Amino acid sequence: MRQTSLRLRAGIVSLTILLVFGLAWHIGVSGSGPTQQMDPEYAKLMGQTAVQGKSAMPGPLDVLAKIWSHLKEPFYDRGPNDKGIGIQLAYSIGRVLLGYGLAMLVALPLGFLIGMSPLMARALDPFIQIMKPVSPLAWMPLALYTIKDSSISSIFVIFICSLWPMLINTAFGVSSVRKEWLNVARTLEVGPIRRAFTVILPAAAPTIVTGMRISIGIAWLVIVAAEMLVGGTGIGYFVWNEWNNLSITNVITSILVIGLVGMILDQALARVARAVSFPE
Amino acid sequence: MSAKFISIEGITRRFEAPDGGMTTVFEDIWFAIARGEFVCMIGHSGCGKTTVLNILSGLDLPDDGAAIVDGKAIEGPSLDRAVIFQSHALLPWRTVLGNVAYAISSRWPKWSRSQVEEQAKRFIEKVGLKGAETKKPAQLSGGMKQRVGIARALSIEPKILLMDEPFSALDALTRGTLQDEVRRICLETGQTVFMITHDVDEAIYLADKIVLMTNGPEAMVAEIVENPLPKERDRNQIHRHPAFYAIRNHLIDFLVSRSKTFKSEIPADYDRRKPPVVLPQNQPQPLPPSHEAGRKVA
Repeated sequence: MRQTSLRLRAGIVSLTILLVFGLAWHIGVSGSGPTQQMDPEYAKLMGQTAVQGKSAMPGPLDVLAKIWSHLKEPFYDRGPNDKGIGIQLAYSIGRVLLGYGLAMLVALPLGFLIGMSPLMARALDPFIQIMKPVSPLAWMPLALYTIKDSSISSIFVIFICSLWPMLINTAFGVSSVRKEWLNVARTLEVGPIRRAFTVILPAAAPTIVTGMRISIGIAWLVIVAAEMLVGGTGIGYFVWNEWNNLSITNVITSILVIGLVGMILDQALARVARAVSFPE
Repeated sequence: MSAKFISIEGITRRFEAPDGGMTTVFEDIWFAIARGEFVCMIGHSGCGKTTVLNILSGLDLPDDGAAIVDGKAIEGPSLDRAVIFQSHALLPWRTVLGNVAYAISSRWPKWSRSQVEEQAKRFIEKVGLKGAETKKPAQLSGGMKQRVGIARALSIEPKILLMDEPFSALDALTRGTLQDEVRRICLETGQTVFMITHDVDEAIYLADKIVLMTNGPEAMVAEIVENPLPKERDRNQIHRHPAFYAIRNHLIDFLVSRSKTFKSEIPADYDRRKPPVVLPQNQPQPLPPSHEAGRKVA
């Protein structure tokens, strides 16, 4: 009872904040009426901003109308510079999943190795410590130069930025598996492969998935910037293209869409985290 | 039946001390366990009891000497020797059934799923957990968790059962019930058991022989006490047995004083390879009781 009433109250407050913000936004950008007398022909040339005191910033209703138009036709394709927001999103999500998947293929086995071998942990530590703080976009020129393909380069950038959290968390999770569980496996003469899959992996899974959740968040942050740089397709390119088109409504729309997709990706991994967690 | 099913022959274990030197936990320990015997080891913390058990389980290796089981030196863990851990060490992501089945499928990898489950259920029932098969360890009380640990160890039908203070984390009531059950099961199957405990009454109730360790470091086996109580014993009646207080006083006396002083007053005929075997008997005891209460039989 208390639980639902708290949720309800929070919902009401959220909605109120949204309405107040929307209203303030609406008032803030609406015109203050005719500012000066001028020739109608001249006024047409000057535009609403100069004549009506209206802000160049679109209002919430404009943005809603834009979102509606995108929702009606998300996947249209009218040439390289005019694709539906759904197509652009699909490009970005595809790149993120590809780069992220490749990072998983590398980070999980390598993390296992580092976690199980104190020697490898020490030997690889300096490389990881130096590479980890590098902004993934700093890799872009090197990627473009070696790969010579902008789309694959952005996948590489996603790969490199997803790698570190997964690698570090996997190594940490594997190395901190409780000794007593390993001893159980040892007294039962469980072989190394079976031990890895039946004891170490389930024991380290919550830590590993936490790393994966951090990675997907970073990957989604980075893809927008990477696509702004390399251009062509993707939601990042879309934002930059609409900025060049001076379509602020589209820029705001994409911000909302980027946030929404990021939230969905995060929630998906939160679900995985719940599935692999175990109470002690 | 070999009188020396398990033979501990001159084992020594040293660890690196924090100051860089070596600490000898125990040195040149000899004792033997016959098939079907229930042996308890008693000593204060730091005497290396757990290390002895780890060497028997194969999780640790001695620096000198050897632990020999059935004519073969122990070189690593084996499914022939099951361990019941003090902390129960259940895999928390597996159910009760899953934990027991994990051990069984390690023991008999070729068994079918239904064979494994059948065996697991049989042993879960044996420790009185029928109906809790699908529960996760986190949903169980401490006593129930340890029951699962016992079921897991017994289900692989080991030649030797090793127990490291299995009941010390439990409340007194649960401890009593579990002792009864372990005793019943071990008697039924003629299980060879080596158990470490702090608890004198637990040792008297369960053990055939009790190995007394002096205080560490450089601990040694002071003597081996034979339990004068009959094999058939009843928890509620044993204190009426004429020899009960003889052995109890003897053990407590050892823990209180002799475990400290033994090393400084080693008897002239003491032989590390054959620690004296003592059978405490009911006889008029001087107050306070001293170690003369024990009569040497070896």
